[in-house]
Parts: sequence; structure tokens; C-alpha cells
Amino acid sequence: MEEKVKIPKDAFQPVSKEDRLDDEKITAPSRTFLQDAWRRLKENKAAFISMWILIIVAIFAFTSPITAPNPNNSNPDYANLPAKIPGVSINGFNGTIVQGGERVDAYKANNVPAGKYFYFGTDYLGRSLGQRILHGTMISLLIGVFATLIDLLIGVGYGIFSAWKGGKVDIFMQRIIEIMSSVPNIVIMVLLLLVFKNGGILPIVLAIAINEWTTMARLTRAQTLQLKNQEYILAAQSLGESPWKISIKHLLPNLSSVIIIQTMFTIPTAIFFEAFLSYIGIGIQAPTASLGTLINDGQRNFQFLPFQMWYPAIVLAIIMIAFNVLADGLRDAFDPRTARR
Amino acid sequence: MARYLAKRVFYLLLTLFLIASITFFLMKLMPGTPLNNQAKLTKSQIQIIYEQYGLNKPVWQQYIDYMINAAHGNFGTSFQFSNQEVSYLIGSRIGPSATIGIQGMVLGVVLGIVTGSISAIRKNTWVDGTANIISILGLSVPSFVLAIVLQYYIGLKLQWLPVAGWGGFASTVLPSIALAASPFATTSRFVRTEMVDVLGSDYIELAKAKGMSRMGIVYHHALRNSLIPLVTVVGPLAVAIMTGSMVVENIFSIPGIGEQFVKSILTNDYPTIMGVTMLYSGLLVLVLLLTDIIYGIIDPRIRITGKGA
Repeated sequence: MEEKVKIPKDAFQPVSKEDRLDDEKITAPSRTFLQDAWRRLKENKAAFISMWILIIVAIFAFTSPITAPNPNNSNPDYANLPAKIPGVSINGFNGTIVQGGERVDAYKANNVPAGKYFYFGTDYLGRSLGQRILHGTMISLLIGVFATLIDLLIGVGYGIFSAWKGGKVDIFMQRIIEIMSSVPNIVIMVLLLLVFKNGGILPIVLAIAINEWTTMARLTRAQTLQLKNQEYILAAQSLGESPWKISIKHLLPNLSSVIIIQTMFTIPTAIFFEAFLSYIGIGIQAPTASLGTLINDGQRNFQFLPFQMWYPAIVLAIIMIAFNVLADGLRDAFDPRTARR
Repeated sequence: MARYLAKRVFYLLLTLFLIASITFFLMKLMPGTPLNNQAKLTKSQIQIIYEQYGLNKPVWQQYIDYMINAAHGNFGTSFQFSNQEVSYLIGSRIGPSATIGIQGMVLGVVLGIVTGSISAIRKNTWVDGTANIISILGLSVPSFVLAIVLQYYIGLKLQWLPVAGWGGFASTVLPSIALAASPFATTSRFVRTEMVDVLGSDYIELAKAKGMSRMGIVYHHALRNSLIPLVTVVGPLAVAIMTGSMVVENIFSIPGIGEQFVKSILTNDYPTIMGVTMLYSGLLVLVLLLTDIIYGIIDPRIRITGKGA
């Protein structure tokens, strides 16, 4: 026989509505894709520090027209002075230099007035190295960023167009990329610069951009091919949206992570090429300073005045390292699957 | 496979043809003349020199002549060194460039594989961290800075190796190290990523479960599978070596192609520039074709999909 469990009626109590209302509520705030990536980026200490280093370097570089107005002012009396910082008496930063086995005060020997300081010393023409480095960093960053922007415009446009059109157009455009990317770009860069010699910054920017856009185009195309078949694109198409608008409104936001990551990898490459071209003597022309020309100038005196090459080289290395670490961090932040596990 | 190969060779030739044409017309656009003291020469002297180098013909004629000669490997005579055939000039300089280039490549790739796999096996430890810092440095410090620093501290201060010049193995060591930095960094980062991926896969778990030794797993399973994709970065690495060699050879005064290229640029020696450009392009195109073929041979997955293409 089945025994009936007898439960007293007052064992149950009706739940008041107010108590349970919050059950369905999502407690954590919902984050957008970008916020999520930002949160992950902040967790990556190295990348976050790199980002701040870059911001600080950029602030210093781009305020240089105000803070360092005379990078090209030469004064033969002050040539090749070592660094001197007020209140610092460490050798190497106190205006002394080893000459003939003895440490002498180079500032006194050259009759530099007592109140005059060159925090980074001077170069062989007596120009302030500090001012030149600030100015050179600005030029290098400008070239890197502009070349990357052009690269981005061409690459993203080309990639989206190629993937969107598909068929024969796509095949043809991919063949062009294939050919373009099997050309040794440094050689073509050199040739382009020889044709447009003494044209200032613009030819350098163009030469670098022309040779770097293929990677961006390839990545964009691959991503667009995937996105193209998504329902929301179909929906936009059936609502009569023009391809132009679809690519701006729907494709670009979804491509943003690929584009941002690739951009961050392209900027240091562009900065490197600028330094390389200036170093072999066909990039930025004297007297304009860039990190490449400063390293080239400093290299001649490296044996006796090593600081003239060390300072610009260290600045260049810091910028390159910071960009590379930040790019790594961004890639991990946008795509946690590829994160360094 | 044969059809695929034929197609690739066709594109290779097309690429080279395009590069040759672009180079030719860029050269024609270039400012400046190859004559050092043009102002001092009389009209007829200039005429004679132009005739000697075929510069008086119409541009299209020069183009056809140039292309026919280039197809035969003949790039004319150098403007800088009179009566020197460009092909001879380049040919005599391939040796040193190839020596330091190949040494740098091998050194960088081998060190990169070792570092990359060690940091993958010991991931998230101090070993991994140090390896990561070194490879980021290798990626970020330009080869010309590294070359100068090596030359000064190891060559001049410590006097362990020759400062510059060409002769014997000792003089190739520093340039090779300077060239190796970039391939090392790329390889090490690439191998680490691949290896971490492979180490997480099921067949590694199986090998562990069956009681295989750690070294055995790494050598037999992990390393082999993570090295296959490395073939794809050989092309970019070759480019890095070429780029690096231009400055490194200059710094160490090595009589190589990179040094000649920079010299020719600064002296408007057009035939030599064209010759070197074609040599670099040909090499790169060939390396890319070879890596594609090798990749298809060693990775069966690619071979199967390759048939359809």
C-alpha cells in the first residue's frame, strides 16, 4: 500500500513577488566587443605599459616644435659636447669626457657659459642632440603613421572590393597581390626614392606604403569572405542597401579587430624602413633629422663619442619594442584564442 | 602537380618580366646623369659616350634591347667601373654575400627553433619570459644598430674577431650574427606559437598516456609537426636577410652584393642597379616557388587540397 505523505498546509508559503524579481537579472554589466578587448588589454601588463610609453613618447615628439624649436641651429663652438644635466654628477651626464686617458670637463674646455646645458649633448656641428632626437622621433613617427594610414586605405579597400566582387575579379586581383608580394620590396622602395629624390617626406611615405599594403589586403579579403555569407549581410542586401553602405556600416566594424592588429604591426615596420632608408642615405635628407639619419650621423663618431649613436638608437629601439609588444597584446585581447597560453 | 608547377613557373616568369619592365622605366625617370663631369664635356664627347652605352636610341628600342639582353643574363656594362660587365661584377660578389647570408639564416633559424621549442615546453616560466624578451629585442633592434655595436664592442674593444674586411671564417662571424637576429626572432616566435598549439592536441595526450618519455614526445611528435609550417616563413626570412645584407655588408666592408647595391645607388650606376634588382627578385621568386613545392611535399594535407587548385 502506498503511504501518503501528509504535509501540513502551512509548510508552504506563497512567495511574495518582490523577493524573486531579481533572479532573472544579469548582474554583470554587458560589455561590447571593444570594451571586452580593452579589459583584456589592461590585464596584459607589458602591453599596457607599452601603450603608455608610446603615448608619452608621442607627446614628447609632437610637442617638439614648441619645446625644441631649433633642431638645426648649429654652433661650431659647441661641437661634440657630451651630455650635461644640472644637478647630476654621474660620469656621462655631467659634461665630462675621457680624453687621452683623462676625464676632462668638455664644457669648460670649449668655453661654454656656465648656465648652458645640453641634456643629450651635441653633435658634430654643435646642434643640440636632445632637440634633434625629439624632432627626429616626430618625423619617424609621422612617416610610420602616415605610411600605415595609406597602406590601410589601399589594403582595406582592395581587400573588401576583391572579396565582395568575387569570381573573376577576385581571382585577377589576387594574382596581382601574388605578384606584388613576390617582389623584394626594399629594392622597389629604393628605386622609387631614387626617382623622387629630394622630394621631402611624401615620397618616402608613399614608397613605404606601396610596398606594405598587400598583407593588409590579404587579411581583409579573407575576413570579408567569411563575413559575406553572414545573415545580417544578406538581410542588409535584401533591404536594398548599397554595397558601399554595407561595407561601411556592416563590414568595417566587424573587420576592425583585424585592421587594428595589422595596423599596429605595420607601424613599426614602416618606422624601421624609414630608419633603414635614411641610414643608407636616400631617405630623409639633411638637415632634417629622423632617427635613421641621427643613427647614421652618430655612427661616424661611435668610437669616440658613442652617446651620439646610443641615444637615437635607444629611442628607436624603445619605440619598436613598445609597438611590437602592444601589437602582441592587442592581438591577444581581440582574439583570446591565439593568446600566449 | 605538373599542371600546378607549370602555372607557378608561368607566374614566376611573368613576375620577373614585370619587375624588369618597372625597373627599366623607373631608371629612365631618374634624375641626374651617369656622367660625372658633364659640364666639362663637349657635345660630341657626350654623344660618343651615349652611343657607346646605347643611350641615344629611342626609349622603346632601349627597352627591347634591354629585355632581350636581360633574358640572356646580360645587363650591359657598369657606368661606374668602365668596361666591367655587370654580370661579371655581380658574379664576383655573390660568394661573400651568399656565405654570410646562408650562415646568418642557418644560425638564426636553428637558434630560433631551439629557443622557440624550449619556451613552448616551459611556457609561462622565467625561461619563456626571457626567451620572449630576447626575441622581441631581435625583432625591434635594427640590424645596422646591432652590427655597429657588435663591431665596436667585440671587434674593437675585445678584439676577439676582425673589425671589418673579408678573409677567412673569422671575418664572417660578426656579420652573420648581425644578420641572424631578425630570422632568429621570427623563427623563435613562430615555433613557439606552433609548438604550444601542437602540445595541446590529442595525439600528444595519447603519447603521454602510452608512457612515452618527455624528450621522445617533443622530438618525435611535437617538433616535427610544428616545424612543417615554418617552411612558409622562409620567403620573408630571405627578404630580411637581403635587406639586412645591404647595411651589414657596408658596415663590415664586405665585398658583397648589398654593398655594391648601395654604392651603385649613390653613384647613379643604373645598369648595376638593374642587375642587382633582377638578381634579388629572381632569388626571392625562386625561394617562394621552392618553399611552396617543399611545403606540398612534406605536408600531405596541403598536397590533397593542392590538386584541386
